Amino acid sequence: MRIQVSLHTPVRHPENSGSFPTDPYVQLVTPDGLRTPDPLYDRWIEDIDGARLQELYIDMAVIRRIDTEATALQRQGELGLWPPLLGQEAAQIGSVRSLRSSDFVFPSYRENGVAYCRGVEPGDLMKVWRGNAGAGWDPYQVNMAPTQVIIGAQALHAAGYAMGITRDGTDDAVISYFGDGATSQGDVNEAMVFAASFNSPVIFFCTNNQWAISEPVTLQAQVPIANRAPGFGIPSIRVDGNDVLAVMAATREALDRARSGNGPTFIEAVTYRMGPHTTADDPTRYRDSAELERWRLKDPLTRLQALLVSMDLFTEEFAAEAARRADDVAAELRAACLGMPDPLPADVFAHVYSEPHSWLDRQQEQYSRYLSGFAGEENR
Amino acid sequence: MTSMTFGRAINAGLRRAMEQDPRVLIMGEDVGKLGGVFRITDGLQKDFGPLRVVDTPLAESGIMGTAVGLAFRGYRPVVEIQFDGFIYPAFDQIVSQVAKMHYRSRGTVKLPLTIRVPFGGGIGSPEHHSESPEAYFTHTSGLRVISVSNPQDAYTMIQQAIASDDPVLYFEPKRRYHVKGEVDEAAAPQLPMGSARVVSEGSDVTLVAYGPLVPTARDAAVAASDEGVSVEVIDLRSLAPIDFATVEASVRKTGRLVITHEAAQSGGVGAEIAASITERCFEYLEHAPVRVTGFDIPYPPARLESHHLPDLDRILDGVDCVLDRPSSLAGVVSGSAAS
Ligand SMILES: Cc1ncc(C[n+]2csc(CCOP(=O)(O)OP(=O)(O)O)c2C)c(N)n1
Repeated sequence: MRIQVSLHTPVRHPENSGSFPTDPYVQLVTPDGLRTPDPLYDRWIEDIDGARLQELYIDMAVIRRIDTEATALQRQGELGLWPPLLGQEAAQIGSVRSLRSSDFVFPSYRENGVAYCRGVEPGDLMKVWRGNAGAGWDPYQVNMAPTQVIIGAQALHAAGYAMGITRDGTDDAVISYFGDGATSQGDVNEAMVFAASFNSPVIFFCTNNQWAISEPVTLQAQVPIANRAPGFGIPSIRVDGNDVLAVMAATREALDRARSGNGPTFIEAVTYRMGPHTTADDPTRYRDSAELERWRLKDPLTRLQALLVSMDLFTEEFAAEAARRADDVAAELRAACLGMPDPLPADVFAHVYSEPHSWLDRQQEQYSRYLSGFAGEENR
Repeated sequence: MTSMTFGRAINAGLRRAMEQDPRVLIMGEDVGKLGGVFRITDGLQKDFGPLRVVDTPLAESGIMGTAVGLAFRGYRPVVEIQFDGFIYPAFDQIVSQVAKMHYRSRGTVKLPLTIRVPFGGGIGSPEHHSESPEAYFTHTSGLRVISVSNPQDAYTMIQQAIASDDPVLYFEPKRRYHVKGEVDEAAAPQLPMGSARVVSEGSDVTLVAYGPLVPTARDAAVAASDEGVSVEVIDLRSLAPIDFATVEASVRKTGRLVITHEAAQSGGVGAEIAASITERCFEYLEHAPVRVTGFDIPYPPARLESHHLPDLDRILDGVDCVLDRPSSLAGVVSGSAAS
């Protein structure tokens, strides 16, 4: 087994340092947009030519725009809540664009960019956040589970799905996304135990965005989170999560390991949550603006833009094309959100069980009788 | 007397308990610098320091299990569960460890743990943020379960919970956090905690509620009186044990009982009250007790919650039923409608 991160004596990190900046990670493009060679990881992205780079940029621009639009819709009262992904575009795009459609995704609540790339319609993306449905899309249509709110639960689902793949003898893989905070949960640790024991084709993709609401990553871990997986017998890679190429290289390596029967991989994508935790959060209470400014210099879109500029690929025409694509998706999203019909009272009772249930049938009958008592009255 | 919000009253109660007993600790996710997602612990870390107001790693089983260990060591941990739906990862520690340690150790190990849980719906939250899990805990012996409905009780009862040598689940109706009320901070809390309170007197129907639905029940009583029906409203305050003496006395007077809660109906607190009151004063009942509750469904998406949550009209419908007046429940309770 090849362990990518050199293990070292754990050093206690001062509280609130916010990240582990001194620890190494895989980076293929510097914050200034310089492509730096890497003997281990270059081979995974050899096929990424200028045109593919432009596509990745458009992906990131589109999901950033989805984020802005959804945040605006929330502020306008059209969504109940929205968890911004601002700053995490490269982590989401680099990983999801490495998958094939038959791979399965188990996300948290923040992988809305991933969902979009899996083919979820913009309107369906909004259903959960508008409060219309518990799950916005058919998981089997896009091979992606519904958003997960219970921190870390999905890691176990991914490990189990991967056990199923092994039994079926296919070379599909599973990816489970979760945050740095989630790595404290028993579920995530238990998932690693299972995946290692059964040598399952699963990728644990930890988006280390430095914060779990108000808690810095240093409250969850005293060494880089990627260092934890080897203790479970799982190789891990620490990547610059704002570098779409590095994320892609790491994910492709992990997928290759999974598909060739060599079991799980843990990826820690080191990035930053630029916005609030959700639209209900006020980050000024717990983090300082200097930190935000430091991370702004590492912005994933600016970085890819700089690389494209250096290749003469960020033409005016291309920039306009990217903006147009993003605007189109935003317009579609807004229209779908505003045009969404409210659910019907009967939906309250739908799908609790797949077979008739006498308790519930009785309550539904009672409630429809109750509602019919208001027939003719207005404003019901 | 000071006028303060519900949330502020809990904060003041916590502060007082911490001042009075250095063994009282607060722990949970985001409780320190942020003051909790509802700001209930706002300012406490600043004043008592990070050793007494502890931001924990993001792990509920870990929080609860380490609180058990701290209690072994003589501390009195007050644990915040961020939202009702996130108590389940800690469920095993609560029911298997917290609830049973005193019994197993034949009383030698005390677990004076207070578990604060913002609970219930009505704020348009996403899933797992609006649950009413109280019945799981009332069903577990060894735990005390209380739910407060107004700032004064919130202030007093958090101190009682912390002072109790038993583990207490303290359910806070999150949709009422911003409601203001008068709080007498000088009043010393008195044990035992959690006797029920008659909110408003009446003679025709007893209406039992707790937590978030107490104000709704009171509004329903006012609406009923406009129709000439006199409803006595009882705020249970304690769900385990329940102060049946107070409910019983009321039912003996009115002969009619309606119970309302947000939690699903079957196997719930309302079922316990209906059964116990029927056992205790069957001969005084003019009608079978009626429950007006949430449906037996997972908490629905925000745009459907108004259907699920009992409101004034649904409570009045229940009142009509026990009065043998036309209601959607008529015939259902006595069993003539669908089984
Ligand atoms: C079991 C559980 N506990 C608590 C919460 C409340 N909560 C929601 S998000 C969050 C922080 C998660 O942080 P992290 O895992 O780092 O992911 P991020 O939000 O940074 O993407 C918390 C505490 C929850 N959703 N589930």
